[in-house]
Amino acid sequence: MKFPPLRYLTPQSLDEAIALLEQHGADAKLLSGGQSLMPMLAFRLASCSILIDLKFVPGLDRITVTDRGVELGSRVRWRDIEHDVRLPTVQPLLSMAVKHIAHYAIRNRGTVGGSLAHGDPASELPALAVACGATIAIAGPNGRRSLPAEEFFLFPLITALEPNEVIVSLHFPPWPKARSFGFQEFSRRRGDFAMAGAIVFFDQDKDQNICSPHIGAFGIADTPLRLGEAEKFLLGNRAGSRIFEEAAAHGVRNVDVRADIHADSDYRRALLATLVNRALVEAAQRTSP
Amino acid sequence: MTRSNAYIGSPLDRIEDLRLLAGAGTFVGDLKPDNLLYAVILRSPISHGRIRKIGTAAARSLQGVAAVITAAEIGEVPIIPVRQHGKPEGEPYRQPVIAGEKVRYVGEPVAVVIASEQCIAEDAAELIELEIDELPAVATHEIAARDQTLLFENTVTNLATTFYARMGDADMAFATAEYKRKEKFSVHRHTASPMETRGLLAEWNPELQRMVVSGATKVPFFNRNVVAEMLRLQPSQVDLIEVDVGGGFGARGEFYPEDFLIPFAARYVGGNVRWVEDRREHLMAMNHAREMYADLEIACRKDGTLVGVRGRIDIDLGAYVRTNGFTTPRNVVQFVSGPYLIPNIAIDAFSYLTSKTPTGTYRGPGRYEASFFCERLLDMAANDLGIDPAEFRLKNLIPEDQLPRPLATMAGLDRTWQTELDNGAYGVVMERCLKEFGWEEKKKLQGQLIDGRYHGIAVGNFVEGGAGGRFENARMTIEKGGTVTVAVGSTALGQGLQTILSQIAADALSMPIERIRLLHGSTTLVTQGFGSFHSRSTVMGGSAILLAAEALVALLRDKGASHFGCEPDQVSVSDGYVYYGTKSMEFSAFAGSEVERQFENRKLTYSYGSHTAHVAVDPGTGHVELLDYMTVDDVGRIINPATLHGQILGAIVQGLGSTFLEHLQYDENGQLLTGSLADYLLPTATDFPNIRGISLGLRPCPNNPLGAKGAGEGGLIAVGGVIGNAIAAALRSMSVEPRDLPLSPPQIWRLIQQAKASNHNPKMNEQS
Ligand SMILES: Cc1cc2nc3c(=O)[nH]c(=O)nc-3n(C[C@H](O)[C@H](O)[C@H](O)COP(=O)(O)OP(=O)(O)OC[C@H]3O[C@@H](n4cnc5c(N)ncnc54)[C@H](O)[C@@H]3O)c2cc1C
Repeated sequence: MKFPPLRYLTPQSLDEAIALLEQHGADAKLLSGGQSLMPMLAFRLASCSILIDLKFVPGLDRITVTDRGVELGSRVRWRDIEHDVRLPTVQPLLSMAVKHIAHYAIRNRGTVGGSLAHGDPASELPALAVACGATIAIAGPNGRRSLPAEEFFLFPLITALEPNEVIVSLHFPPWPKARSFGFQEFSRRRGDFAMAGAIVFFDQDKDQNICSPHIGAFGIADTPLRLGEAEKFLLGNRAGSRIFEEAAAHGVRNVDVRADIHADSDYRRALLATLVNRALVEAAQRTSP
Repeated sequence: MTRSNAYIGSPLDRIEDLRLLAGAGTFVGDLKPDNLLYAVILRSPISHGRIRKIGTAAARSLQGVAAVITAAEIGEVPIIPVRQHGKPEGEPYRQPVIAGEKVRYVGEPVAVVIASEQCIAEDAAELIELEIDELPAVATHEIAARDQTLLFENTVTNLATTFYARMGDADMAFATAEYKRKEKFSVHRHTASPMETRGLLAEWNPELQRMVVSGATKVPFFNRNVVAEMLRLQPSQVDLIEVDVGGGFGARGEFYPEDFLIPFAARYVGGNVRWVEDRREHLMAMNHAREMYADLEIACRKDGTLVGVRGRIDIDLGAYVRTNGFTTPRNVVQFVSGPYLIPNIAIDAFSYLTSKTPTGTYRGPGRYEASFFCERLLDMAANDLGIDPAEFRLKNLIPEDQLPRPLATMAGLDRTWQTELDNGAYGVVMERCLKEFGWEEKKKLQGQLIDGRYHGIAVGNFVEGGAGGRFENARMTIEKGGTVTVAVGSTALGQGLQTILSQIAADALSMPIERIRLLHGSTTLVTQGFGSFHSRSTVMGGSAILLAAEALVALLRDKGASHFGCEPDQVSVSDGYVYYGTKSMEFSAFAGSEVERQFENRKLTYSYGSHTAHVAVDPGTGHVELLDYMTVDDVGRIINPATLHGQILGAIVQGLGSTFLEHLQYDENGQLLTGSLADYLLPTATDFPNIRGISLGLRPCPNNPLGAKGAGEGGLIAVGGVIGNAIAAALRSMSVEPRDLPLSPPQIWRLIQQAKASNHNPKMNEQS
């Protein structure tokens, strides 16, 4: 498993990176943490003759916390998120989700931009971005644009990114106080990609009724999703085990569940319902300060 | 601290560790002689088909490519011989070293590319035009049994062979039995996955006409003779060299197609060729194992006394009969009764060829499978009869006074196919295991739903065959500085062989272990040797060392006597000195003294023991958490408790991987779907943290001078049955009975759904 010899380029600025992408077209690929790309090249599932490493592009590795939310540069690594002491309060789901990503060595290299661009439907970060209504900042030859995460993921490993574009950052909206949240994932072994996962959060109005429920699911369909039917079910209701169970059951009913060698769709659907329910129960017990 | 004569039985640190941990190990991939060329093997992407064309022109013309070898370049294509447990009817199904006319599994070698760089060889392999006319895949043993598509047109059937295990009169026993139950079970395809994949470096010296192959493991002497014959060389022109090896588990080190192809390639290009298997290749090319389907019936008296077991086992052999012949199919029918006294046995085994990777022996071959079938049946019977599963087993273990006891006879076969259990206190060890586990205490949790999870416990017993392979050689030489070099034919696969055999040698010569230098494995060291398999290297290599030490001491006494002018029996030997009264001479004065001895043995050793498990099942996800696993075994005599403990725990983890995780999956076209370790799931450090083991040296083996028994496999053998039973016990309220491995979360979940459905619908219950 050795890929053919290739050229390795190290642009010093974002503009240079974009120019190189323009110049080399389909022969070139961006390299970030390499934790998805390098195995694909070695397995010869992907091929390219030029690697453009983003390592020396300044400014992409920052985590910025303001009252407008949290911004993760595309070269922020999983371990940067794990080690950031601000995140557990300003975006607690992020800290919870990252714990489930891969293994120590991979978390040491894998990055936000790489994960978004790779677009694996079982990945945590894309799902979190969709569930939270995050937006992705993109730079290309015609300048910058930004796209809601929900519109970014199209099919497994296929995104709305153009070949000559670079992901710059991911922006999460502000996280209010007293928000309830839960994160549940099931995988065969610790660090494996999820067989299914559920992300939930909601707020409660002064009468203790649920408002703005968000339920995200991953590892289940072609892209990360929001379970609109479950959200509708919860909206305006009081939190409780009965309503959680029903919301979970409804939420998974119409999902187009994918099957693979590890599990058929019946199991995956039932598993997702279990996880949504458990995440809701968890949320009811876990509220941010 | 290092007092002589106290090494056996003490938990010495592994001598090999320091070197390996310091990164000073040398594995095949580390060998880089000058002018090294790299080999890459093009493998069939098709399960079953006829080769129409292998176009190699484009590959050959790629810069850096030295050669492309196909069947055409080889000429008369050698066929790989069977090393053990062959039968005449299996001969037509042996594997050619390369596919020339037909391919019979995905992964079968079709061409070898030799190039100056690994990546160039891979690029060239992609340029080979391989055209294959597809034939219908024979993807299951059921399809094979129909004989509509024959894998070998020169035969009349895909059924390679049958075995009949017989004892007593099963028909009579079943006709009069008070209780019977018939069940179907299956074990899935999975296999050994050593940390290091296979690899070979072949160095051909055209001037000397000599071939040196590095990377030998397991059976270097046999493989040396085979490759020499295939290359039409004398065995003396070929040496197989053992370097560091990252695990074998029975699958590595057999004679595979590559064991011919790489030396052939080296001679073809007149130089040095190295091949290191990648993981994707490994998963399709190394022996697979275990896939079988059982249809078995158990009979006992109302009081739980076993009276018989009968039925059939269908085995999916894969595409060829490889070097292990029919070891596994024989074992599975022979060992269904395990350590239990079952007086009447009639079990037939049918071994079918299918268009999938060939199978072979894997740690506990046939015994893991047999144990799963037997232990599941025992728990079902115990539950039906309302007897505690532990009590049920204690009642049926073979009592010590009935040992030795033969296992079921392999009908129509000579004595090399038969075996008998040697000795042991089966009940004593099982009771100890129950006590260590806390059976009485944990029994209260049986079937309980606690915090959303169902708890269950189970117990099972195993016997483990050891010390196969008729002989082993050891040579001892006194070196100039007075150290003793010990050379054995046993090979190291990471099992701590160097440490263990050094301990035995040091004690046998009554000298400090620091002054023993142990060499092993390579064909250059001793005149003959066997290798490491069948939990044999400690027993066989160790016994050969005892004999050699005895001979060396006798020789030194003779030499000492003539020097001191006394009788040999007045001379003593210890601590590296030869003594007569107050006079002494150092070993160095006898430098060059050398003896070689062979230990011969036809009787196997049978270590034995018990396993217990406590699990919690999450009905929402199907996940099973292992809360406790305890095993107690008796290995006759413990050489090194630390390395033994490692063997046992490692084997249990491997068994848990087999039972819960590892699965080589194929589709109906015979395509292998699990091509990487992202899909073929191995147990990792965090999966099974709660495993305990105690080893005893309770009953020394009567069949060898060491008293030791093979002990590398027992940790694995009982795992499937014990876990299956613990899950059944946990889910008893729903009548869930796991019958098919692996016990993956979707599988457990599905069993629960089916049980719920049939509990709601009693009609369905009746039918099933
Ligand atoms: C054993 C293993 C287990 C894993 N388990 C998980 C898991 O449980 N959950 C999970 O989410 N992930 C998992 N991963 C994947 C890991 O998180 C990857 O690091 C991540 O998906 C990709 O990030 P990267 O920085 O390594 O990207 P790279 O591998 O460098 O790149 C991936 C792709 O993104 C493109 N790309 C990279 N950066 C940019 C950019 N800024 N703009 C545009 N395109 C870009 C590349 O060209 C490439 O196509 C696992 C990986 C391994 C090897």
